[in-house]
Amino acid sequence: MSTAIAKILDLKGLSCPMPIAKTAQAIRDLAPGELIEALATDPGSVPDFSAWCTSTGNELVEQSADAGVFRFLIRKKG
Amino acid sequence: MPARVVVLGGGVGGTLVANLLSKKLGRDVGVTVVDPTGMHVYQPGFLYVALGQANGRWLARDERSLLRKDVDLVVDDAIRIHPDARTVQLRRGGSLEWDYLVVATGARLVYDSIPGLAEGSFEFYSLGGAERLREQLRRFDGGQIKVGIAGIPYKCPPAPVEFVFMLEDLLRDRGIRDRSGVTLLSPLNRAFTIESASKVIQPIMESRGINLSTFFNVESVDPSAGTVTSLEGEETGYDLLVLVPPHRGQSVIEDSGLGDAGGWIPTDRHTLQVAGRDRMFAIGDATDLPISKSGSTAHFEAPVVASRIASLVRGTAPRLNYGGRVMCFLETGNGRATALRFDYEHPPAPPQPNRMWHAAKWMFNRLYWEVVPKGRIPERAPRPRRAA
Repeated sequence: MSTAIAKILDLKGLSCPMPIAKTAQAIRDLAPGELIEALATDPGSVPDFSAWCTSTGNELVEQSADAGVFRFLIRKKG
Repeated sequence: MPARVVVLGGGVGGTLVANLLSKKLGRDVGVTVVDPTGMHVYQPGFLYVALGQANGRWLARDERSLLRKDVDLVVDDAIRIHPDARTVQLRRGGSLEWDYLVVATGARLVYDSIPGLAEGSFEFYSLGGAERLREQLRRFDGGQIKVGIAGIPYKCPPAPVEFVFMLEDLLRDRGIRDRSGVTLLSPLNRAFTIESASKVIQPIMESRGINLSTFFNVESVDPSAGTVTSLEGEETGYDLLVLVPPHRGQSVIEDSGLGDAGGWIPTDRHTLQVAGRDRMFAIGDATDLPISKSGSTAHFEAPVVASRIASLVRGTAPRLNYGGRVMCFLETGNGRATALRFDYEHPPAPPQPNRMWHAAKWMFNRLYWEVVPKGRIPERAPRPRRAA
Protein backbone atom coordinates (compact mmCIF):
# COMPACT_ATOMS: atom_id res chain seq x y z
CA MET A 1 0.00 0.00 0.00
CA SER A 2 1.34 3.40 -0.96
CA THR A 3 2.68 5.68 1.73
CA ALA A 4 3.31 8.63 -0.59
CA ILE A 5 0.83 11.45 -0.23
CA ALA A 6 -1.02 11.87 -3.52
CA LYS A 7 -2.55 15.24 -2.71
CA ILE A 8 -2.27 17.96 -0.07
CA LEU A 9 -5.29 20.12 0.64
CA ASP A 10 -4.79 23.50 2.28
CA LEU A 11 -8.03 24.20 4.14
CA LYS A 12 -6.57 26.70 6.61
CA GLY A 13 -8.85 29.60 7.41
CA LEU A 14 -11.94 27.80 6.13
CA SER A 15 -14.77 27.19 8.54
CA CYS A 16 -17.11 24.29 8.85
CA PRO A 17 -18.43 22.71 6.63
CA MET A 18 -16.00 23.86 3.93
CA PRO A 19 -13.12 21.53 4.92
CA ILE A 20 -15.32 18.43 4.65
CA ALA A 21 -16.93 19.51 1.40
CA LYS A 22 -13.55 20.29 -0.18
CA THR A 23 -12.10 16.99 1.00
CA ALA A 24 -15.09 15.06 -0.33
CA GLN A 25 -14.54 16.76 -3.67
CA ALA A 26 -10.76 16.24 -3.77
CA ILE A 27 -10.82 12.58 -2.77
CA ARG A 28 -12.92 11.79 -5.85
CA ASP A 29 -9.83 12.33 -8.02
CA LEU A 30 -7.73 9.81 -6.08
CA ALA A 31 -7.37 6.11 -6.78
CA PRO A 32 -8.49 3.69 -4.04
CA GLY A 33 -5.75 3.30 -1.43
CA GLU A 34 -4.11 6.65 -2.20
CA LEU A 35 -3.41 9.12 0.59
CA ILE A 36 -4.63 12.68 0.94
CA GLU A 37 -3.38 15.15 3.54
CA ALA A 38 -5.75 17.87 4.73
CA LEU A 39 -4.59 20.89 6.76
CA ALA A 40 -7.27 22.85 8.59
CA THR A 41 -7.46 25.48 11.32
CA ASP A 42 -11.13 25.11 12.31
CA PRO A 43 -11.19 23.17 15.63
CA GLY A 44 -14.56 21.74 14.58
CA SER A 45 -12.77 19.85 11.80
CA VAL A 46 -11.35 17.36 14.35
CA PRO A 47 -14.68 15.67 15.18
CA ASP A 48 -15.98 16.32 11.66
CA PHE A 49 -13.15 14.51 9.86
CA SER A 50 -13.31 11.59 12.24
CA ALA A 51 -17.09 11.24 11.76
CA TRP A 52 -16.83 11.76 8.01
CA CYS A 53 -14.24 9.00 7.66
CA THR A 54 -16.32 6.60 9.75
CA SER A 55 -19.40 7.38 7.70
CA THR A 56 -17.77 7.16 4.26
CA GLY A 57 -15.42 4.24 4.91
CA ASN A 58 -12.27 6.22 4.16
CA GLU A 59 -9.51 5.57 6.67
CA LEU A 60 -8.19 8.30 8.98
CA VAL A 61 -4.59 7.08 9.08
CA GLU A 62 -3.06 9.87 11.13
CA GLN A 63 -4.19 12.97 12.91
CA SER A 64 -2.10 15.63 14.60
CA ALA A 65 -2.18 19.25 15.70
CA ASP A 66 0.65 21.75 15.58
CA ALA A 67 0.50 25.48 16.29
CA GLY A 68 -3.21 25.72 15.60
CA VAL A 69 -3.09 23.67 12.40
CA PHE A 70 -4.85 20.30 12.36
CA ARG A 71 -3.45 17.71 10.00
CA PHE A 72 -5.48 14.74 8.75
CA LEU A 73 -4.01 11.94 6.69
CA ILE A 74 -6.76 9.98 4.97
CA ARG A 75 -6.55 6.86 2.84
CA LYS A 76 -9.25 6.55 0.19
CA LYS A 77 -11.31 3.42 0.69
CA GLY A 78 -10.26 0.52 -1.51
CA MET B 1 -12.30 68.70 -2.86
CA PRO B 2 -14.58 66.13 -1.25
CA ALA B 3 -13.26 62.56 -1.06
CA ARG B 4 -14.72 60.38 -3.80
CA VAL B 5 -16.18 57.11 -2.57
CA VAL B 6 -17.57 54.57 -5.03
CA VAL B 7 -19.71 51.76 -3.65
CA LEU B 8 -20.24 48.78 -5.92
CA GLY B 9 -23.57 47.15 -5.13
CA GLY B 10 -26.85 48.44 -3.74
CA GLY B 11 -27.64 45.59 -1.37
CA VAL B 12 -27.74 45.80 2.42
CA GLY B 13 -24.03 46.49 2.86
CA GLY B 14 -23.54 48.93 -0.01
CA THR B 15 -26.66 50.97 0.72
CA LEU B 16 -25.94 51.23 4.42
CA VAL B 17 -22.25 52.21 3.97
CA ALA B 18 -23.25 54.88 1.44
CA ASN B 19 -25.86 56.38 3.77
CA LEU B 20 -23.62 56.25 6.86
CA LEU B 21 -20.74 57.92 5.01
CA SER B 22 -22.95 60.66 3.71
CA LYS B 23 -24.37 61.21 7.20
CA LYS B 24 -20.94 61.20 8.87
CA LEU B 25 -18.96 63.27 6.39
CA GLY B 26 -21.55 65.52 4.76
CA ARG B 27 -19.86 67.85 2.28
CA ASP B 28 -16.45 66.26 2.81
CA VAL B 29 -17.50 63.25 0.75
CA GLY B 30 -19.12 62.47 -2.60
CA VAL B 31 -20.63 58.99 -2.56
CA THR B 32 -21.71 57.13 -5.70
CA VAL B 33 -23.48 53.78 -5.58
CA VAL B 34 -23.23 51.64 -8.71
CA ASP B 35 -25.87 48.93 -9.02
CA PRO B 36 -26.75 46.82 -12.07
CA THR B 37 -30.53 46.95 -11.53
CA GLY B 38 -31.24 49.97 -9.35
CA MET B 39 -33.58 47.76 -7.34
CA HIS B 40 -32.93 46.74 -3.74
CA VAL B 41 -34.13 43.22 -3.03
CA TYR B 42 -34.93 41.83 0.41
CA GLN B 43 -33.63 38.33 -0.17
CA PRO B 44 -34.78 36.75 3.14
CA GLY B 45 -38.28 37.02 1.67
CA PHE B 46 -37.62 34.41 -1.04
CA LEU B 47 -38.26 31.65 1.50
CA TYR B 48 -41.77 32.99 2.18
CA VAL B 49 -42.51 33.43 -1.53
CA ALA B 50 -41.56 29.80 -2.25
CA LEU B 51 -43.93 28.59 0.47
CA GLY B 52 -46.80 30.79 -0.70
CA GLN B 53 -46.71 33.06 2.38
CA ALA B 54 -45.63 36.26 0.66
CA ASN B 55 -45.93 38.02 -2.65
CA GLY B 56 -42.79 38.82 -4.64
CA ARG B 57 -43.83 42.47 -5.00
CA TRP B 58 -43.20 42.99 -1.31
CA LEU B 59 -39.50 42.20 -1.76
CA ALA B 60 -38.12 44.88 -4.06
CA ARG B 61 -37.90 48.65 -3.82
CA ASP B 62 -36.28 51.34 -5.87
CA GLU B 63 -32.72 51.77 -4.56
CA ARG B 64 -32.98 55.53 -5.08
CA SER B 65 -35.74 55.72 -2.46
CA LEU B 66 -33.42 54.14 0.13
CA LEU B 67 -30.41 56.40 -0.42
CA ARG B 68 -29.89 59.82 1.14
CA LYS B 69 -30.46 62.67 -1.28
CA ASP B 70 -26.78 63.55 -1.57
CA VAL B 71 -25.73 60.00 -2.53
CA ASP B 72 -25.55 59.47 -6.32
CA LEU B 73 -26.91 56.31 -7.89
CA VAL B 74 -25.57 54.99 -11.19
CA VAL B 75 -27.54 52.10 -12.68
CA ASP B 76 -24.90 50.23 -14.66
CA ASP B 77 -22.69 47.14 -14.50
CA ALA B 78 -19.22 47.53 -13.06
CA ILE B 79 -17.11 45.38 -15.36
CA ARG B 80 -13.52 46.01 -14.24
CA ILE B 81 -11.86 47.41 -11.12
CA HIS B 82 -8.44 49.03 -11.60
CA PRO B 83 -6.96 49.28 -8.08
CA ASP B 84 -3.77 51.11 -9.10
CA ALA B 85 -5.42 53.66 -11.37
CA ARG B 86 -8.29 53.88 -8.82
CA THR B 87 -11.03 53.61 -11.39
CA VAL B 88 -14.01 51.39 -12.07
CA GLN B 89 -15.00 50.69 -15.62
CA LEU B 90 -18.73 50.57 -16.34
CA ARG B 91 -20.45 48.67 -19.12
CA ARG B 92 -22.28 51.65 -20.59
CA GLY B 93 -21.09 54.77 -18.83
CA GLY B 94 -17.31 55.03 -19.19
CA SER B 95 -15.47 54.87 -15.88
CA LEU B 96 -15.60 56.35 -12.39
CA GLU B 97 -12.62 57.60 -10.39
CA TRP B 98 -12.44 56.93 -6.67
CA ASP B 99 -10.34 57.74 -3.63
CA TYR B 100 -11.97 54.90 -1.69
CA LEU B 101 -13.79 51.88 -3.07
CA VAL B 102 -16.31 49.69 -1.26
CA VAL B 103 -16.92 46.36 -2.96
CA ALA B 104 -20.38 45.15 -1.97
CA THR B 105 -21.12 43.11 -5.06
CA GLY B 106 -22.58 40.07 -3.30
CA ALA B 107 -22.70 36.54 -4.65
CA ARG B 108 -24.05 35.01 -7.83
CA LEU B 109 -25.66 31.64 -8.38
CA VAL B 110 -23.92 29.23 -10.76
CA TYR B 111 -26.09 26.37 -11.92
CA ASP B 112 -23.75 24.84 -14.50
CA SER B 113 -21.14 23.47 -12.09
CA ILE B 114 -23.44 20.60 -11.06
CA PRO B 115 -24.62 18.34 -13.89
CA GLY B 116 -28.42 18.16 -14.03
CA LEU B 117 -28.96 20.88 -11.40
CA ALA B 118 -30.77 23.41 -13.60
CA GLU B 119 -33.08 20.81 -15.20
CA GLY B 120 -33.64 18.57 -12.20
CA SER B 121 -34.00 20.79 -9.16
CA PHE B 122 -35.85 23.79 -7.78
CA GLU B 123 -34.44 26.58 -5.60
CA PHE B 124 -35.54 29.57 -3.53
CA TYR B 125 -32.37 31.67 -3.82
CA SER B 126 -33.75 33.98 -6.52
CA LEU B 127 -37.19 35.54 -6.93
CA GLY B 128 -37.82 33.63 -10.18
CA GLY B 129 -36.68 30.39 -8.56
CA ALA B 130 -38.89 30.94 -5.52
CA GLU B 131 -41.93 31.60 -7.73
CA ARG B 132 -41.32 28.47 -9.81
CA LEU B 133 -40.96 26.41 -6.63
CA ARG B 134 -44.21 27.86 -5.28
CA GLU B 135 -46.04 26.73 -8.42
CA GLN B 136 -44.47 23.28 -8.25
CA LEU B 137 -45.46 22.94 -4.59
CA ARG B 138 -49.04 23.92 -5.47
CA ARG B 139 -49.17 21.01 -7.92
CA PHE B 140 -47.39 18.60 -5.56
CA ASP B 141 -49.71 15.85 -4.41
CA GLY B 142 -47.45 13.63 -2.31
CA GLY B 143 -44.09 11.90 -2.72
CA GLN B 144 -40.52 12.30 -1.57
CA ILE B 145 -39.14 15.84 -1.23
CA LYS B 146 -35.37 16.07 -0.82
CA VAL B 147 -33.80 19.36 0.24
CA GLY B 148 -30.05 19.90 0.07
CA ILE B 149 -27.06 22.11 -0.61
CA ALA B 150 -25.25 21.89 -3.96
CA GLY B 151 -22.28 24.07 -3.07
CA ILE B 152 -20.51 25.70 -0.15
CA PRO B 153 -20.34 28.52 0.83
CA TYR B 154 -23.94 29.63 0.33
CA LYS B 155 -26.03 32.53 1.56
CA CYS B 156 -28.11 32.41 4.72
CA PRO B 157 -26.95 29.05 6.11
CA PRO B 158 -30.15 28.43 8.16
CA ALA B 159 -32.46 28.77 5.13
CA PRO B 160 -32.55 25.09 4.06
CA VAL B 161 -33.39 24.08 7.64
CA GLU B 162 -36.10 26.74 7.85
CA PHE B 163 -37.42 25.53 4.52
CA VAL B 164 -37.87 21.90 5.62
CA PHE B 165 -39.68 22.95 8.80
CA MET B 166 -42.02 25.33 6.98
CA LEU B 167 -42.51 22.82 4.15
CA GLU B 168 -43.60 20.22 6.69
CA ASP B 169 -46.19 22.72 8.01
CA LEU B 170 -47.43 23.30 4.46
CA LEU B 171 -47.82 19.59 3.69
CA ARG B 172 -49.81 19.09 6.92
CA ASP B 173 -52.03 22.09 6.19
CA ARG B 174 -52.78 20.67 2.76
CA GLY B 175 -53.57 17.23 4.18
CA ILE B 176 -50.88 15.42 2.16
CA ARG B 177 -48.31 14.93 4.90
CA ASP B 178 -49.16 11.23 5.34
CA ARG B 179 -48.22 10.49 1.75
CA SER B 180 -45.13 12.70 1.67
CA GLY B 181 -41.57 12.35 2.94
CA VAL B 182 -39.30 15.28 3.75
CA THR B 183 -35.53 14.74 3.90
CA LEU B 184 -32.73 17.21 4.55
CA LEU B 185 -29.49 16.26 2.79
CA SER B 186 -26.75 17.77 4.97
CA PRO B 187 -23.08 18.20 4.01
CA LEU B 188 -22.12 17.29 7.60
CA ASN B 189 -23.08 14.65 10.15
CA ARG B 190 -25.67 17.01 11.69
CA ALA B 191 -28.50 19.21 10.52
CA PHE B 192 -26.62 22.51 10.73
CA THR B 193 -22.99 23.60 10.66
CA ILE B 194 -23.10 25.14 14.13
CA GLU B 195 -23.27 22.36 16.67
CA SER B 196 -25.23 24.23 19.35
CA ALA B 197 -27.91 25.02 16.76
CA SER B 198 -28.00 21.42 15.55
CA LYS B 199 -28.73 20.30 19.10
CA VAL B 200 -31.82 22.50 19.14
CA ILE B 201 -32.90 21.65 15.59
CA GLN B 202 -32.45 17.89 15.37
CA PRO B 203 -34.91 16.85 18.11
CA ILE B 204 -37.58 19.02 16.45
CA MET B 205 -36.85 17.42 13.08
CA GLU B 206 -37.23 14.00 14.68
CA SER B 207 -40.51 14.90 16.36
CA ARG B 208 -41.84 16.20 13.04
CA GLY B 209 -40.78 13.10 11.12
CA ILE B 210 -38.28 15.02 8.94
CA ASN B 211 -35.45 12.73 7.82
CA LEU B 212 -31.80 13.70 7.98
CA SER B 213 -29.33 12.29 5.47
CA THR B 214 -25.79 13.06 6.62
CA PHE B 215 -22.52 13.73 4.75
CA PHE B 216 -24.38 14.33 1.53
CA ASN B 217 -22.32 16.78 -0.57
CA VAL B 218 -24.19 17.00 -3.87
CA GLU B 219 -22.24 15.92 -6.94
CA SER B 220 -24.84 15.54 -9.70
CA VAL B 221 -28.54 15.28 -10.46
CA ASP B 222 -30.11 12.88 -12.94
CA PRO B 223 -33.48 14.44 -13.85
CA SER B 224 -34.66 11.53 -16.03
CA ALA B 225 -34.00 8.92 -13.33
CA GLY B 226 -35.09 11.30 -10.55
CA THR B 227 -31.95 10.74 -8.50
CA VAL B 228 -29.31 12.88 -6.84
CA THR B 229 -25.78 11.62 -6.12
CA SER B 230 -23.31 12.76 -3.47
CA LEU B 231 -19.53 13.16 -3.61
CA GLU B 232 -19.52 10.49 -0.92
CA GLY B 233 -20.98 8.06 -3.46
CA GLU B 234 -24.55 7.80 -2.20
CA GLU B 235 -27.55 7.99 -4.54
CA THR B 236 -31.09 8.87 -3.50
CA GLY B 237 -34.37 9.21 -5.39
CA TYR B 238 -36.74 12.16 -5.29
CA ASP B 239 -40.12 13.31 -6.55
CA LEU B 240 -39.31 16.96 -5.86
CA LEU B 241 -35.75 18.14 -5.39
CA VAL B 242 -34.89 21.52 -3.84
CA LEU B 243 -31.18 22.38 -3.89
CA VAL B 244 -29.35 25.54 -2.92
CA PRO B 245 -27.35 26.33 -6.09
CA PRO B 246 -23.57 26.77 -5.85
CA HIS B 247 -22.47 30.38 -5.26
CA ARG B 248 -19.48 32.33 -6.59
CA GLY B 249 -18.26 35.90 -6.32
CA GLN B 250 -19.36 38.28 -9.09
CA SER B 251 -17.67 38.23 -12.51
CA VAL B 252 -16.27 41.74 -12.02
CA ILE B 253 -14.19 40.44 -9.10
CA GLU B 254 -12.84 37.50 -11.08
CA ASP B 255 -12.29 39.58 -14.24
CA SER B 256 -10.33 42.14 -12.21
CA GLY B 257 -8.13 39.40 -10.74
CA LEU B 258 -9.22 40.25 -7.20
CA GLY B 259 -10.87 36.98 -6.19
CA ASP B 260 -9.72 33.66 -4.77
CA ALA B 261 -10.63 30.33 -6.42
CA GLY B 262 -14.32 30.93 -5.63
CA GLY B 263 -14.29 34.56 -6.73
CA TRP B 264 -14.40 35.81 -3.11
CA ILE B 265 -12.24 38.79 -2.16
CA PRO B 266 -9.44 38.20 0.36
CA THR B 267 -10.46 40.59 3.15
CA ASP B 268 -9.01 41.51 6.54
CA ARG B 269 -11.34 40.00 9.13
CA HIS B 270 -11.15 43.04 11.44
CA THR B 271 -10.56 46.11 9.25
CA LEU B 272 -12.51 44.76 6.22
CA GLN B 273 -9.82 46.16 3.93
CA VAL B 274 -9.11 44.21 0.76
CA ALA B 275 -5.80 42.40 1.28
CA GLY B 276 -2.91 44.65 0.29
CA ARG B 277 -5.19 47.55 -0.67
CA ASP B 278 -5.56 50.28 1.96
CA ARG B 279 -8.18 52.24 0.06
CA MET B 280 -10.40 49.31 -0.87
CA PHE B 281 -12.92 47.68 1.44
CA ALA B 282 -15.07 44.61 0.93
CA ILE B 283 -18.31 43.85 2.69
CA GLY B 284 -21.08 41.27 2.84
CA ASP B 285 -21.27 38.17 0.65
CA ALA B 286 -18.37 39.35 -1.57
CA THR B 287 -15.66 38.68 1.06
CA ASP B 288 -13.76 35.47 1.75
CA LEU B 289 -14.40 35.75 5.51
CA PRO B 290 -15.25 32.47 7.24
CA ILE B 291 -18.60 33.72 8.52
CA SER B 292 -22.19 33.54 7.31
CA LYS B 293 -22.96 35.10 3.98
CA SER B 294 -26.04 37.01 5.10
CA GLY B 295 -27.59 40.43 5.16
CA SER B 296 -27.02 40.54 8.88
CA THR B 297 -23.27 40.17 8.39
CA ALA B 298 -23.25 43.05 5.90
CA HIS B 299 -25.41 45.08 8.27
CA PHE B 300 -22.93 44.74 11.13
CA GLU B 301 -19.91 45.26 8.86
CA ALA B 302 -21.20 48.49 7.29
CA PRO B 303 -20.60 50.79 10.31
CA VAL B 304 -17.02 49.49 10.52
CA VAL B 305 -16.31 50.28 6.87
CA ALA B 306 -18.01 53.69 7.07
CA SER B 307 -16.13 54.60 10.23
CA ARG B 308 -12.78 53.48 8.80
CA ILE B 309 -13.23 55.43 5.58
CA ALA B 310 -14.31 58.48 7.59
CA SER B 311 -11.09 58.17 9.64
CA LEU B 312 -8.97 57.94 6.49
CA VAL B 313 -10.69 60.99 5.00
CA ARG B 314 -10.23 63.01 8.18
CA GLY B 315 -6.77 61.69 8.98
CA THR B 316 -7.81 60.41 12.41
CA ALA B 317 -7.04 57.04 14.02
CA PRO B 318 -9.45 54.27 12.99
CA ARG B 319 -11.76 53.37 15.82
CA LEU B 320 -13.93 50.39 14.88
CA ASN B 321 -13.03 46.76 14.15
CA TYR B 322 -15.40 44.08 12.93
CA GLY B 323 -15.67 41.30 15.50
CA GLY B 324 -17.52 38.80 13.31
CA ARG B 325 -20.95 39.66 14.65
CA VAL B 326 -23.91 37.94 12.97
CA MET B 327 -27.53 37.59 14.04
CA CYS B 328 -29.92 35.21 12.29
CA PHE B 329 -33.48 34.18 12.95
CA LEU B 330 -34.25 30.54 12.32
CA GLU B 331 -37.87 29.51 11.68
CA THR B 332 -38.66 26.07 13.07
CA GLY B 333 -42.27 25.84 11.85
CA ASN B 334 -45.50 25.75 13.88
CA GLY B 335 -45.22 29.53 14.28
CA ARG B 336 -42.00 29.27 16.25
CA ALA B 337 -38.44 30.42 15.66
CA THR B 338 -35.12 30.65 17.42
CA ALA B 339 -32.24 33.09 17.00
CA LEU B 340 -28.53 32.66 16.45
CA ARG B 341 -26.32 35.45 17.75
CA PHE B 342 -22.58 34.97 17.50
CA ASP B 343 -19.23 36.45 16.54
CA TYR B 344 -15.67 35.29 15.79
CA GLU B 345 -15.07 34.37 19.44
CA HIS B 346 -18.48 33.33 20.75
CA PRO B 347 -20.55 30.52 19.23
CA PRO B 348 -24.32 30.98 19.47
CA ALA B 349 -26.43 29.64 22.30
CA PRO B 350 -29.83 29.53 20.59
CA PRO B 351 -32.89 29.58 22.85
CA GLN B 352 -35.59 26.92 22.53
CA PRO B 353 -37.80 27.99 19.62
CA ASN B 354 -40.77 30.06 20.70
CA ARG B 355 -43.49 32.31 19.31
CA MET B 356 -41.70 35.48 20.31
CA TRP B 357 -38.75 34.91 17.95
CA HIS B 358 -41.15 34.05 15.14
CA ALA B 359 -42.99 37.32 15.75
CA ALA B 360 -39.64 39.12 15.91
CA LYS B 361 -38.64 37.74 12.53
CA TRP B 362 -41.89 38.88 10.99
CA MET B 363 -41.61 42.28 12.58
CA PHE B 364 -38.09 42.56 11.22
CA ASN B 365 -39.30 41.55 7.74
CA ARG B 366 -41.77 44.45 7.92
CA LEU B 367 -39.49 47.02 9.52
CA TYR B 368 -36.45 46.22 7.39
CA TRP B 369 -37.08 48.95 4.83
CA GLU B 370 -37.41 51.67 7.41
CA VAL B 371 -34.59 50.77 9.75
CA VAL B 372 -31.78 48.85 8.04
CA PRO B 373 -30.73 50.48 4.74
CA LYS B 374 -31.20 53.94 6.22
CA GLY B 375 -29.02 53.20 9.22
CA ARG B 376 -31.65 53.67 11.87
CA ILE B 377 -30.37 50.82 14.02
CA PRO B 378 -27.67 51.96 16.44
CA GLU B 379 -24.13 51.22 15.28
CA ARG B 380 -23.21 49.48 18.46
CA ALA B 381 -25.77 46.73 18.68
CA PRO B 382 -25.70 44.72 21.94
CA ARG B 383 -23.00 42.06 22.15
CA PRO B 384 -24.14 38.50 21.52
CA ARG B 385 -24.82 36.49 24.61
CA ARG B 386 -21.98 34.31 25.71
CA ALA B 387 -22.43 30.61 25.07
CA ALA B 388 -23.39 28.80 28.25
